[in-house]
Amino acid sequence: MDLKEAVKDKIPWDGTLPLNEFSLSASTFSDKWKMFNHSFPPWLWNPCPKHHLNSSHKVEGYLSLENVCLVKSCEEEKNHGSLSWKAESNISQAEEPFDHATLVCPEFEANHYDFHIVYSPSYRVPVLYFRSYYSDGQPLPLSEIEKDLPGHSAELLLESKWTFITQEEHPYLNRPWYKLHPCGTRDWMKLLLSDTYTSSNKNFIEQYLVSWFSVVGQVVGLKISLEMLNIEEKKLFETTASDIFE
Amino acid sequence: MSEAQKYVWKGAIPLQIHLHESEVTTLPPPPPALVLAPRIGYLPLLISLLKPHFSATLPPGVDTIWFEYKGLPLKWYIPTGVLFDLLCMEPERPWNLTVHFRGYPSNLLLPCEGEDSVKWSFINSLKEAAYVITGNCKNIMNMSQTDQADLWGSVLNGNLESYSRVSSKLKLETFEDEYTENVDSASTKSQQSTGDAEAVGQVKTSRIPVRLYLWTVNEDFDDFEDAPVIDNWDKVSYINRPVEIHKEDGKYFSLNDAVKRLLPEYFPESSFGNEGDASINQSAGEEGENSCDPESSSHTVEIAEIKCVRIQGIEPSLEVPFSWVVNNLMNPEYFLHMCVCLKVSEANALQ
Repeated sequence: MDLKEAVKDKIPWDGTLPLNEFSLSASTFSDKWKMFNHSFPPWLWNPCPKHHLNSSHKVEGYLSLENVCLVKSCEEEKNHGSLSWKAESNISQAEEPFDHATLVCPEFEANHYDFHIVYSPSYRVPVLYFRSYYSDGQPLPLSEIEKDLPGHSAELLLESKWTFITQEEHPYLNRPWYKLHPCGTRDWMKLLLSDTYTSSNKNFIEQYLVSWFSVVGQVVGLKISLEMLNIEEKKLFETTASDIFE
Repeated sequence: MSEAQKYVWKGAIPLQIHLHESEVTTLPPPPPALVLAPRIGYLPLLISLLKPHFSATLPPGVDTIWFEYKGLPLKWYIPTGVLFDLLCMEPERPWNLTVHFRGYPSNLLLPCEGEDSVKWSFINSLKEAAYVITGNCKNIMNMSQTDQADLWGSVLNGNLESYSRVSSKLKLETFEDEYTENVDSASTKSQQSTGDAEAVGQVKTSRIPVRLYLWTVNEDFDDFEDAPVIDNWDKVSYINRPVEIHKEDGKYFSLNDAVKRLLPEYFPESSFGNEGDASINQSAGEEGENSCDPESSSHTVEIAEIKCVRIQGIEPSLEVPFSWVVNNLMNPEYFLHMCVCLKVSEANALQ
C-alpha cells in the first residue's frame, strides 16, 4: 500500500493555515529566505506589542521586509515580467536610509517598497501588505505602483480593481497600506498543495508560507529561489503556478 | 426583526459639527451644523447635509471631507455609533466634531472619495463576514446588482424592513434566535420549537464576525469623565478576530465568555484552543483571571479585568447570552462591534 494513501487524512485540507502555526511557518520561511535569497536582506519578525501579560502565550506578530529598492533601469526587464530589485541592507540602512539608495542607484529612479506578511484571522491565511515611496519619502500613487508590477499583475489589477490590490489600514500600524486581497488564497493554496498534504506531515505546515510566497511574491515581482521549495513542490510549482493567474 | 434591532437602526448620535477655522473665509464664521447621524451609518455620508451648510464660506478647491474629534482624525470606515462609543465614553450630547473639506491627511487616513468608497468598504466587510460565517464569499459575489443596490440603499436610508428582505437572501444567520418574539408572523412556530431543547439556541455556525476596539487602563476610575482620553489611535487595539464557538459551549455562552475568548492573551484559561504551554491559573473569579509563567522568576502576576463593554451605545450585562447580543446588536455588514475597556494591574502572586 502506498504510504501516502495510508496516512492521508480523510478530511481534505481546506487550504488555510491555523493561527497557532503562523509564527512557526514564518520562522521557517525567514530561515530559508536567509539561506537561499542572499541578494535580499532577511525578513524580520515583529512581535505585536499589544500585550505584556506575564504569560507563556505565544506572541502575535508579522514578518517585514523593508526598504527594498526597485531599480527601473531598462524597458526589457519590464517586458520579461520580472523586476530588478536591489535590496538595501537593513543593518547599514539604519544610519543613512536614503543615502545608501542613492549610492546604489545613482542614475536610476528608485521606488522603495516595504513588505509585511500579516496573518488574517478572518480568512485564516497570510496576507501580503505593502507600501511604496519615493526616495524622498513621499508615497507612490497606485498608478505608479501599477507600472512597477510585472506584466500579468497589472492586467489582473485593471480587470478587477476592487478585488485584487486593495488599500486598507494596516492591522497593527494605523496607517494606510496596500494589500493583496486574501479571499482567493485558500482556494489556490489548495490547488497548489493538496497532493503533498498529509496530516502527519509537519513539514507541510512549516512550508506553508514558503509555498504561499512562491505564488504571491510573483505578483509583486519578488521571485524566491527555487531551492526554498522541496522537490515535489518544485514540480507542482512549475505546472500550477501559471494556472493560478489565468 | 426584533424590537432591539429596530432600536439599533433608529439609533442616532446628535452631532454639532464645526468647520475648521482654517477653512472659514467669511465673517462672521458660519454657525455649526446640527445633524442627527445614524449609528449604523458613516460620517462621510453626511456630506450631503454639510456641504450646503458650509459651501458659502469654503476656500476654493476640491472637497475631500474628513472629521476630527479633539484633534484625532476619525477613521471614516468605522460606523458613527462605534466611534462615539469608543471616543466619548462619557457621552457628550451633542457630540462636537470638527469637519474639514481640505487638506486630507492621506498619510494617516485611507482615502475616501465619497459614497462609493464607503459603499466599497461596507461590501468588503460584508464579504469578510460572509467568509467568516460560511467559509466563502460566494453569496456576496453572486448578489444581483439590484440586490446589492437595495442592500446599500437600505443602509443609507436606515430602512430596516428593506434591509431584512434583502439580507435574508444571503443566508448569513449565525445563531438560531429563540429570544425574539417574531413581530411579523404568528408566534406559534417559535413556541412549538421551545419543546425541542436541541433545536432552540442551536448554533448554525462556528465562527462569529466581531470587531473589538480595546483600550486598557492601569488604574481604576469611577466615572468615565476620569477615564484616560483616547487622543491617539495607537492607544486602541483593533482586534478583527472571529469568536470561535464550540459544540460544548451550549446556549448559555455569555458575552463575558465571548470577550474572554477573543482575548486569550489576557484571559488564558478561557481559550479552548490553547496549546500545551497554557499558563497555570490560580484563582478564577468572575472578575479576573490570573496567569503565571512557571518559568518566570517574577513574583508578580498581571490581572486583567473587564471594566466595560459597550455595544450600540449600551453596556449589556456580561451574562447576557452572546447569541442574543449578536442577533440583535450587530451592524448591517454582519459584524458585531464592541468597545472594550480592560483594567490591567499587577498584583503579588499568592504563595
